[in-house]
Amino acid sequence: MLKIEGLTAEIDGKAILKGIDLEVPKGEVHAIMGPNGSGKSTLSYVLSGRDGYEVTGGTASFNGHDILAMEPEERAAAGLFLAFQYPVELPGVGNATFLRTALNAQRKARGEAELDAMQFLKLARERMKALSMSDEMLKRGVNVGFSGGEKKRNEILQMALLKPGLAILDETDSGLDIDALKIVADGVNAMRGPDFSALVITHYQRLLDYIVPDRVHVLMGGRIVKSGGPELAKELEAQGYGAVQAAA
Amino acid sequence: MPAVTETIETVQQATESGYKWGFETDIEMEFAPKGLNEDIVRFISAKKNEPEWLLEWRLRAFAAWKTMEEPRWAAVKYAPIDYQDSYYYAAPKQKVGPKSLDEVDPELLKTYAKLGIPLREQEILAGVEGAGSVPAEGRMPIAVDAVFDSVSVATSYKERLGKEGIIFCSISEAVQTHPELVRKYLGTVVPQGDNFFAALNSAVFTDGSFVYIPKGVRCPMELSTYFRINAKSTGQFERTLIVADEGSHVSYLEGCTAPMRDENQLHAAVVELVALDDATIKYSTVQNWYPGDAEGKGGIYNFVTKRGACRGARSKISWTQVETGSAITWKYPSCILQGEDSVGEFYSVAITNNYQQADTGTKMFHIGPRTRSTIVSKGISAGHGQNTYRGLVRIGAKAHGARNFTQCDSLLIGDLCGAHTVPYIENRCVSAKVEHEATTSRIAEDQLFYCRQRGLTQEEAVGLIVNGFCREVLKELPMEFAVEAQKLLQISLEGSVG
Repeated sequence: MLKIEGLTAEIDGKAILKGIDLEVPKGEVHAIMGPNGSGKSTLSYVLSGRDGYEVTGGTASFNGHDILAMEPEERAAAGLFLAFQYPVELPGVGNATFLRTALNAQRKARGEAELDAMQFLKLARERMKALSMSDEMLKRGVNVGFSGGEKKRNEILQMALLKPGLAILDETDSGLDIDALKIVADGVNAMRGPDFSALVITHYQRLLDYIVPDRVHVLMGGRIVKSGGPELAKELEAQGYGAVQAAA
Repeated sequence: MPAVTETIETVQQATESGYKWGFETDIEMEFAPKGLNEDIVRFISAKKNEPEWLLEWRLRAFAAWKTMEEPRWAAVKYAPIDYQDSYYYAAPKQKVGPKSLDEVDPELLKTYAKLGIPLREQEILAGVEGAGSVPAEGRMPIAVDAVFDSVSVATSYKERLGKEGIIFCSISEAVQTHPELVRKYLGTVVPQGDNFFAALNSAVFTDGSFVYIPKGVRCPMELSTYFRINAKSTGQFERTLIVADEGSHVSYLEGCTAPMRDENQLHAAVVELVALDDATIKYSTVQNWYPGDAEGKGGIYNFVTKRGACRGARSKISWTQVETGSAITWKYPSCILQGEDSVGEFYSVAITNNYQQADTGTKMFHIGPRTRSTIVSKGISAGHGQNTYRGLVRIGAKAHGARNFTQCDSLLIGDLCGAHTVPYIENRCVSAKVEHEATTSRIAEDQLFYCRQRGLTQEEAVGLIVNGFCREVLKELPMEFAVEAQKLLQISLEGSVG
């Protein structure tokens, strides 16, 4: 499980996270909602270890590992996956090569046997079929020339292949039409099970119609100001963040 | 185990960052006296038992060299070279022209084994002699000519190639056995007085490879020469001549390494290619001379003249180079497109890390009608490296319908390095079409983070991104070589980020 206590972090000396307390038990999907600038993306970057985000206090552990002490690639090998809000293009790097290199890097770090090209292709095709994606995507450069929807689906494909224990989805729904949104949601829902937990970060309630969370947390001004069941998302949609802020 | 796989493993076994081929072979050597004068030229010619015409040829080159000045237009900086403070002939002491590998000094054989260069012919049945090197089924063997300092020590598969009429041997041997061919073509693409370094080479060249592919023959295996500089204070001046007769086809690979030394060593080679009607020559180089240490001390000065002449109609010459080594690279593999519809190609990856400097590119001379050329250059600069693409596309008045496409991309890693692009285009023909594209980019922090979040280490991430950047060039290499080149790129950039 993911356990965050009193987490504070800053960028360029400016405090963004001001004491986050959060627990996501194994097998649960939690949503984090909040207005722009509330610290949602910062939280996902701090947890995944991006440079430029300085942790000034508090702790974060995943399945007992002190993740804040680990390199980004070690966190990945430990099972932490971040679906990027803006997936990055890697020109000339084939999607299949990238996915296999990543999968094998993680397997190696965990002391598992690496997959050869044939084994990998078989696995990739299987997962792609389940996500109704065409093989063609494997041949293209990583995210190069992908539409917004394709990029997000590619993130979900990576997640399906890497089988993380914890997925953080950073506004994966932004810029998606309803069909793409369903594919992304189906991908996440297919992962759900006792060994998978997820932190779904979103601005809108819409995604949560498809990925129904176990808990919803409202992040404002760098703190979690309210938590509740899935109905909290609908409440927010109806009343806006202002109402929560006033109540908090 | 196939030849190249061994090489790849040699590369993979590489541990910490640094040059892995920098060992020195302890072997008894024979040197000419230090310095350069007419007597040295005569000494070399006599050592090789050359005919009179070749000695005369060398002396003309030497006379020309004395009147020439070292070129200073390249964007590279180095202290003046004292040409009198170097040995121009250094050869392992051994019997002249060993008949078989058994007569070659075991120290030499060990050296090549250590470098992962197979000298033993890997016949399916000949897994004897502890070589353990039976090629995987269906895998094409590679014929190798190994040049150690000034002389060729061994050439494999000569007999098998001979059955097809292909001549593949050291150039010294070719002078003895096929003087008419050598005389007909030597210096016809790069004349003795072409430039300072070519003149120097013409005067003192000691060995190199000679290839002749007869009419209509498709060479059944990759030909390859492996150059090794070993001796101290020695320059290597090799000369390679490849002639592809009408309708023939050959793919040739060149590799090179040197020990790590604090002094700079000069390597001034000349490569001449001649393609007649409908012939194709594919020439690939993986250049891995010692680049000097992290502070820029030592390393090879690689001042090389490479040029191919597409003499025949529909002939094609394709240069592919992966330049990862050398302290300084000064090299412009070029094509003279004389035959109508002939094709010239240049695919290049040049990496400069630490204090390496590279000034490299190509020249495409379009003379015949409908000649076409393609230039794809990928420069990668890291550390304090300086990387210049310098190219010339010249289209003559009779090159009707000629076409050129040039693409120069530069990738910067860190903020202390430099990338420069100097394209010259001269067009005298209205119906010709010339295109030039250029980009400069950096490895972005978000690309690195994206890769690391997926589980790659920083260095794996850089390797992957750089290989992606070079993909268009790497795919031109013979397949097994391409894998090796990818590993080499990653090793060359170790420690360049973070």
